[in-house]
Amino acid sequence: MVARVFPTSIPRKSTALIALIFSLLSYHSSLAQESPYIVTYNHYLEEPGSLEVEYFSTFGTQRGGNDFHAFWAEFEYGATAWWTTELYLDGQTTFHDSTVFTGFRVENRFRLLQREHLVNPVLYIEYEQISGADKILKEVEGHDVESDFADSNSALRKEHQHELELKLLLSSTFKGWNVAVNPIATKNLSPSEPWEFAYATGVSRPLALKASPNRCNFCLENFVAGVEMYGGLGDTQSAGLHDTSHYLAPVVAWNLPSDWTVRLSSGFGLNDNSHRLLLRWGISRELSGFGEMVGRLFGGRP
Amino acid sequence: MKQTFAWFRPAGRMGLATIGGVVFGIVVCGTSRAVAQKNDAAARMKSTYAALAQAPEKAREKKNPFEGDAQAVAAGGKLFEQHCADCHGRKAGGARKGPSLLREEVQQAKPGTLLWILTNGVVRRGMPVWSKLPEPERWQIVTFLQSLNSQ
Repeated sequence: MVARVFPTSIPRKSTALIALIFSLLSYHSSLAQESPYIVTYNHYLEEPGSLEVEYFSTFGTQRGGNDFHAFWAEFEYGATAWWTTELYLDGQTTFHDSTVFTGFRVENRFRLLQREHLVNPVLYIEYEQISGADKILKEVEGHDVESDFADSNSALRKEHQHELELKLLLSSTFKGWNVAVNPIATKNLSPSEPWEFAYATGVSRPLALKASPNRCNFCLENFVAGVEMYGGLGDTQSAGLHDTSHYLAPVVAWNLPSDWTVRLSSGFGLNDNSHRLLLRWGISRELSGFGEMVGRLFGGRP
Repeated sequence: MKQTFAWFRPAGRMGLATIGGVVFGIVVCGTSRAVAQKNDAAARMKSTYAALAQAPEKAREKKNPFEGDAQAVAAGGKLFEQHCADCHGRKAGGARKGPSLLREEVQQAKPGTLLWILTNGVVRRGMPVWSKLPEPERWQIVTFLQSLNSQ
């Protein structure tokens, strides 16, 4: 009789892990019709049970300091047709300085109305635990200005942002055009900090409204182009546009038949408080049925 | 605007990131298990087909601009495969997440009704809204679905 070397639980766990890895590697994904926005949200949520894995980069110029490359990963999961939950992991490299992990964000979006209307509201709630060195500029809020990012990473990392962010995502789609407006309110959870306000807004449209009969990479229908604008609106102690920064960014998304989406954006600062250029790009892939697969691996109904 | 916390160390941040990841994982596992366990296919199908009756009269009477267009059938088939087949099955015969679209309730429905369902989804029952596809593309999908009736 052969002696048992490992406890039974270890091979089972290993098998489950290996099965999960192989399932992900060979996973069937579906073509997403993704919007080109990088900062603005429209009212479309992730399909239920689908996981969208995304990577984004932002190259930013910095006056009075070193240019930087900030990056983040997003894991966006459609819990239901009216609820999407998302995890962000942020980091950045400041040239001639260092590369640092800068924190995480957990975000939830809730569709408020069952059907489509002229304007469709979605409630966005985010909790973020990031350091002052976070430079992804996913939101530009309150009196955020370029000079906030001029210090070295070692100095910026001492700052800590422990924030709750609320957005009302208002979005409308008509004759192929999508218009989205996001009023934003953010509160650092320290009692002495004021509420900060911001906005993000975008307009986009597919380059073709009709699909061609054949699979193609460069068909116009695969491209969605638009423009977004975002910036700060002050805070409760000092409302208004003084000492705020604003950006205008042409954006484009390329939804490939091979299930990948590529997004590009070049944001231009609109005043002296803004970074002159925020060049962004991102790549994402949607894994449909991910939730079911995970459920089966952990004992759900086959 | 920003506050400095001496206690906030990299190890603490990594710990909190891990907690965030675990919470996210629990939501993914929890909701997927709950959905897997609660999906009563029969009740789900009945509710989904019942949603067809909720289309307003004005929406039902809309005419399909691509009716009888072979190109639209082909394009609609491509769109169906890309966006719908995961839930409704590659041949539209239904799958675990979505009901069959070959059944009489769907095949006998007016084109405008199907467009309305595609546009508005059946959010409470798990079908998302598809108004992010331009209206001509939604009509192409409707054209494809109704072509299945004659196959």
